[in-house]
Amino acid sequence: MKELLNQIKSDATSALCSIDNMEQLENFRVKYLGKKGEITAVLKGLGSVSAEERPVIGQLANEIRFELENAITQKRDELKQTEMLKKLENEKIDVTMPSKKSEMGNKHPLTIVQNRLEEIFMGMGFSIADGPEVELDYYNFEALNIPKHHPARDTQDTFYISDDVVLRTQTSSVQARVMENTKPPIRVIAPGRVFRSDAVDATHSPVFHQMEGLVVDKGITMGDLKGTLEIALKKLYGDDIKLRLRPHHFPFTEPSAEVDISCFVCGGKGCSVCKKEGFIEILGAGMVHPKVLKNCGIDPEIYSGFAFGIGLERVVMRSYNIGDMRHLYENDLRFLKQF
Amino acid sequence: MKFPINWLNDYVDVTEYTPEQIAHYMTMSGSKVEAVENIGDQIDRVVVGKILEIEKHPDADKLQICKIDVGNEVLQIVTGAHNISVNDYIPVALDNSKLPGGIVIKKGKLRGVESNGMLCSFNELALTKEDVPYADENGILIFPKPYELGMDVKEIFGLNESIIEFEITPNRSDCFSVIGLAREAAATFDKPLNIKKPDVKANNENVNDYAKVTVLDTEKCPRYTARVVKNVKIEESPKWLKDRLKLSGIRSINNIVDITNYVLLEYGQPMHAFDLDKLSGKEIVVRCAKDGEKITTLDEQEHNLDSSMLLICDKENPSCVAGVMGGMDSEITEDTKTILFESASFFGPSVRITAKKLGMRTESSARFEKGLDPKGVIDALNRACELVEQLGAGEVVGGIIDVDNSSNEPYILPFRPDYINSFMGFNLDRDYMVKVLSLLDFKVEGDKVTVPSYRMDVEGEADIAEEVARIYGYDKIESTFMKAETTLGVKTKDQKVKDIIVSALISQGLYEIMNFSFTTPDIVKLLNTNNPDFSKMIEITNPLGKDCSVMRPTLMADMVKTLAYNFNQRIQNAKFYEIANVYLPQDGEKLPNESKRVCLGMYGDCDFYTIKGAVESIFEKLKISYYEFKTCSDDTTFHPGRCAKIYANNQYIGIIGETNPIVNDNYSIGARTYIAELEFNKLCEFYKEDVKFKPLPKFPAVTRDIAMIVNDEVCIGDLEKGIKQCSGKILEEIKLFDVYKGSQIDEGKKSVAFSIIYRAEDRTLTDDEISKVFDKIIEKLKKDFGAQLR
Repeated sequence: MKELLNQIKSDATSALCSIDNMEQLENFRVKYLGKKGEITAVLKGLGSVSAEERPVIGQLANEIRFELENAITQKRDELKQTEMLKKLENEKIDVTMPSKKSEMGNKHPLTIVQNRLEEIFMGMGFSIADGPEVELDYYNFEALNIPKHHPARDTQDTFYISDDVVLRTQTSSVQARVMENTKPPIRVIAPGRVFRSDAVDATHSPVFHQMEGLVVDKGITMGDLKGTLEIALKKLYGDDIKLRLRPHHFPFTEPSAEVDISCFVCGGKGCSVCKKEGFIEILGAGMVHPKVLKNCGIDPEIYSGFAFGIGLERVVMRSYNIGDMRHLYENDLRFLKQF
Repeated sequence: MKFPINWLNDYVDVTEYTPEQIAHYMTMSGSKVEAVENIGDQIDRVVVGKILEIEKHPDADKLQICKIDVGNEVLQIVTGAHNISVNDYIPVALDNSKLPGGIVIKKGKLRGVESNGMLCSFNELALTKEDVPYADENGILIFPKPYELGMDVKEIFGLNESIIEFEITPNRSDCFSVIGLAREAAATFDKPLNIKKPDVKANNENVNDYAKVTVLDTEKCPRYTARVVKNVKIEESPKWLKDRLKLSGIRSINNIVDITNYVLLEYGQPMHAFDLDKLSGKEIVVRCAKDGEKITTLDEQEHNLDSSMLLICDKENPSCVAGVMGGMDSEITEDTKTILFESASFFGPSVRITAKKLGMRTESSARFEKGLDPKGVIDALNRACELVEQLGAGEVVGGIIDVDNSSNEPYILPFRPDYINSFMGFNLDRDYMVKVLSLLDFKVEGDKVTVPSYRMDVEGEADIAEEVARIYGYDKIESTFMKAETTLGVKTKDQKVKDIIVSALISQGLYEIMNFSFTTPDIVKLLNTNNPDFSKMIEITNPLGKDCSVMRPTLMADMVKTLAYNFNQRIQNAKFYEIANVYLPQDGEKLPNESKRVCLGMYGDCDFYTIKGAVESIFEKLKISYYEFKTCSDDTTFHPGRCAKIYANNQYIGIIGETNPIVNDNYSIGARTYIAELEFNKLCEFYKEDVKFKPLPKFPAVTRDIAMIVNDEVCIGDLEKGIKQCSGKILEEIKLFDVYKGSQIDEGKKSVAFSIIYRAEDRTLTDDEISKVFDKIIEKLKKDFGAQLR
């Protein structure tokens, strides 16, 4: 009996080595451990063994069964592993083939830049105001200290709907509306479309975009104007840029300034983009004119404020290196897809 | 305003600064320099030479070989010119010299003979016939007299001058003059300003014996001054005068006209010279035009005048449009013997309107319209007479006619250094402010400051602050951050809704476009529309052209135009959106109703249901759940069988459809095109900001399918509505999974199949319950739609 068991064991061990799939392994298991298997047969035949040998043979048979069970489990894991690897190998794909994405659209570059500026100013406590695009002459001009026949009107060729209704020439028209309706502290930006009767060319468009900013509160200074613009423009163009304020004239601010930033192409050394000046004009700004405050019912002895206006087209064109403004209103998909 | 930079030195010594430095510092103190042009920059190493020998080129008939003395050496130069002879003085471009147009001259060989430079014609030096009337058109420029050999030719032609060009803002009429800018330069560089009062000798006669001036409209003409010059000799101006005018961009005419132009540039005061003998009655009458009156101005144009226009007339007829342009009848000619110089002050807005009406903006009107100081007229008048005497152009008659109705009140403002410091963000002491102000001719006494009469732009204390700040330097103001009450930077509901709509449309593959706010009135025809909104559009009274003469009442026209543009660029697929205002007239309101619209458009790889999906994605993101697409066959912009009106919460919210082939033809788009336009305000109104969590389902769902045959005209949406009505609260979802027409289905019929999911929140549904509901549905579908169950 003992020999028979040892013989079974050595047969089984060598048979197990040559097994290379699950089916063979199952047959193997049935052959040795199944109900009619060889080990099972031995255990069933224990009755014919002498009483002394019975425990010894029984123990040996159980040991062998246990060993074989372990070996089978181990083999099964190995086979599973191999089969898995084979399956994975078969499932190989060409990862360089085109993807199946659903196409996303995008915002117009003007909106992208406008949103960026909105975020910057909202972070500084500004909210976004809105005003009519077809506007009363009063809000576009008179409230802003530009009476009828003021020469400043010449620089802004105006579209008229009637004698006292115009297409707003500047987002500054929102200033007076906000001040009439809001008590200081006021901190708003007003982005939007403006209109001037310029024929379309590479640098002009009769419809374009501006973003007005207005702050009115006690103790607001020109230093605050500088500081606020510095933060905003550095966020927009990077921390390395330098700001330069030049005296200028706007009827609704006093003192007024034009604001230049160091050329982001040459860094201020002078190049063709900045016309060798090292600086590029970026916006107009100033302290809100006391007359404008008064026109809107705010006492200039108590409150002061600053205002600024940025032309968005110019920022967009410079940010993305777009040479011709017409692209912005042509709406060619090949253009729009680039942003 | 441009002039040679040297002119400044007549009044303020800025010789120690380069033109570039002057440009920088003047810009930073408020006089923006547009450009500095060094006119000689394009010419380098071109010198005076003298021809010593000329011989023929051995191998070329047309060439000559010259030996030329250029001072420190004798050069051999080959030339093709034949107008030269020995001993001529000529301009020589040396080896490595520069000529206008970026031309560089190098030595080389011409037909085998060495040539060490080039002889120049006047064209090659960018001179004009006016500069060198003696020059041969087709040959080398031969100087009419000897110059030092080797001398730079730029010195001969005054090409070493720099021209500075300032941008003058409309408030600073006083800076529209060399003296005004010299004053700014003096303050900028802290240098003394030297302006001499003009000194006129004049004779012993009395001007009142020669002419009489009457001002009838003293509002439009607060001051009129005049002097008379007799025995006038009209001739060419001296070179210095012609040069200064030329470099300032003004053409020389004759000595008298040049003097008026010179004074215009120097003092900023427009002048006019009349031929006194041509003035009827030797009289000047300043009055408004009579309706129907006419004048022919110096540019030989006849103008019709109206009663708003101020004229300078003689006893009978107009001789000049005040402040704008003189008339032909009293023009200075070669025969003029006696002149009357006018130096006057006219009301700016009146000059501006007149110039605009007559369509002529002149150097003179450009200055008057900004407002000129009535006190400045006398100095300018005298300066003109001084120049007449200097040039020997005539004999100035004694006395001045001065009709002065202007205010003589000095303009005085409070001077509060603390107030200025309070909003400027600097802390300057009083003494410094006083010094700056006095440099600019303001006089401070105690707490008052007197504004110079020519500074008509200074109205209040803020202006005084600016004067101090700009000379102190804006760059010295420290950047600070607002120390103020905190304000919230948050978006309004409308702004949030817009963001949500945009993100929905982008995720559906739409690209944003931007079109002009105005369009052509032809959109009514182009869109083939029967929409009454389009019949009354807001018109622009002065449009750039008909194609942009009305404010758009819809975004759809521009959408189709944009799609057509892209289609014709051979772009296969395009999906766009635009969010912008439309403008509709409102009864009884001055301003139109501006309402925002959301417009979608697409062609190519898409159909009606694609654009419908994009619209539904907006509703989904805005949590608008109750909406309906109702068949619409009567909007002629659209395909009659492929259009719907969209309702949300039972209110009209927009329209969607395939465009009518007529529209496609009108816009030349050769693809099926789908557009939709939604009302933004309604979308905002229906947007629900607060969302409440609904517990996840605890009980299983039951799915039942239903298939039926109905007439083709029956709308799926109506069937769904019917199913919904019968299902009650336990309905979770209805999914259409099949619509079939064709074999086995009778003609004019279709087979429709839905999958309906039921679920209750609080229990597992029983078959019984579902069957009851189903029976109701079947009954309703049979009754309302004649549906046959399959």
